[in-house]
Amino acid sequence: MKTANALISAHNISVVKNEKAILKNIDIEINKNDFLTIIGPNGAGKTMLLKCLMEFYKPDSGKIIKKPNLKIGYMPQSINIINTMPLSVQNFITVRKKFDEVSFKKVVSETQTEKIIDKQLSVLSGGEMQRVLLARSLLNNPELLILDEPAQNLDVSGQIYFYNLLQSIYLKRGLSVLMVSHDLHLVMVSTKKVICLSNHICCYGKPQHITKDPEFISMFGKDMANIMAVYQHSNESDKIQYNNITNGE
Amino acid sequence: MENKITDPFIIRGIMAGVAVALISGLVGCFVVWRRLSYYGESIAHSSLLGAGIGILLGVGINIGVVFVCLIFGFLFLWLQQSKALSSDTLLGVLAHVALALGIIVISFNKIKIDLHAILFGDILTVSSTDIWGMYIGVFLAIILILFNWSSLLLVTVDEDLAKAEGINPLYMNFLLTSVLTIVVALSLQVIGLLLITAMLIIPAATARRLVNSPKIMVVASTLIGIFSVIIGIYISVQADIPSGPSIVVVSAALFFISHFFGNLFKKE
Repeated sequence: MKTANALISAHNISVVKNEKAILKNIDIEINKNDFLTIIGPNGAGKTMLLKCLMEFYKPDSGKIIKKPNLKIGYMPQSINIINTMPLSVQNFITVRKKFDEVSFKKVVSETQTEKIIDKQLSVLSGGEMQRVLLARSLLNNPELLILDEPAQNLDVSGQIYFYNLLQSIYLKRGLSVLMVSHDLHLVMVSTKKVICLSNHICCYGKPQHITKDPEFISMFGKDMANIMAVYQHSNESDKIQYNNITNGE
Repeated sequence: MENKITDPFIIRGIMAGVAVALISGLVGCFVVWRRLSYYGESIAHSSLLGAGIGILLGVGINIGVVFVCLIFGFLFLWLQQSKALSSDTLLGVLAHVALALGIIVISFNKIKIDLHAILFGDILTVSSTDIWGMYIGVFLAIILILFNWSSLLLVTVDEDLAKAEGINPLYMNFLLTSVLTIVVALSLQVIGLLLITAMLIIPAATARRLVNSPKIMVVASTLIGIFSVIIGIYISVQADIPSGPSIVVVSAALFFISHFFGNLFKKE
């Protein structure tokens, strides 16, 4: 999995906290146009891995190599919306960003935030908030989009809507995506590779293959693996269903 | 003696009060947004120790206050890193230790200090030199904040998002502590130790209901502060009551009016 011109790569990184290994000898790399999904149980070090890759946590050993001037867009799982500050969606998306009018309009239409652009952050629904966070992460035209459980707080139709949106942005922009997600059955269609993390990398590969991996089955159970298999076989019909649900929102 | 609003020392008092309003309107918004009112209160508590030490060392009250408040703030930020105790517990410890030490220091016989003026403020003690010093302090604090405005805003909204964009939240907290210290030192003469937090919070809280963007909230809270200072001092001169409490009562009246009308005209 080594290539010379990766956007970002981790080489044998380890993180130890309170004498517990959070990450053990992790090697990953993200290349141009990759769509990489990290799955794993709670406490598997998924968020820590993202923090290391974005260089706001320094691993205890190993190193991170980044393409010079790599533009990263980061979308957190959620933010604590503070009612004490009056802040409109537009204010929030643009604060501390350099951008021009054209790319702003493009981002707003891509993330379907036109109708809520003047609303206050505090009145948004869960799904609207996630689209706003996505819009903010896209505004500086990133080459790599990093998302930390972006649909965690949404109901099923909201999740499907969000992942469809992400999929279309990924295809249109040709950027790379690194995402932590538990909703593997929903991102099966979009994701190209899956990393299964439990402090170390348990298994890695294409989603179709990973569900047959004994390590995956032992971690998520046979039922989960079977569910995945169903999703792969009916990708196309799923998509039609998704769209119907999407239109209903 | 009958005081008139046009007396030079009243004019100086108003100028000093406007200086306080200019900076506390801005810093107060961050205090309200980030829920730092107890932090502001604690820094104000430590200013008594600062005043005592300033006189003891012969460097003057203001220098002493800035020095001690800065140490207090940085000590708190350092202790906060461990995360074993919550912020309000830490502040509860630090604020009262500082207050106790302050009372001990000013009880030394050598120190001649007008405790009444420090606790409740006394605009009659403001000299022309003080006013120059105050406006320089205000200018510095405003520059510091405006240069870091968008970073401060982002840290306030979400620390992780800020970190991902290369901002160090600790640096921003140092910055806010420094400007809070300046506000406390400036407000001591005009408002007094006990009411400094009111000057930070009430104008910003009043503005909150009337605006829908952070920038406008800062402008509104500053204007509300200036208005409160001028009307408050005017009333205090006319009615011969202390100026600090008078300013606070005027701003509190505006607060209740804004919330009454805020509810009335609330858009959904």
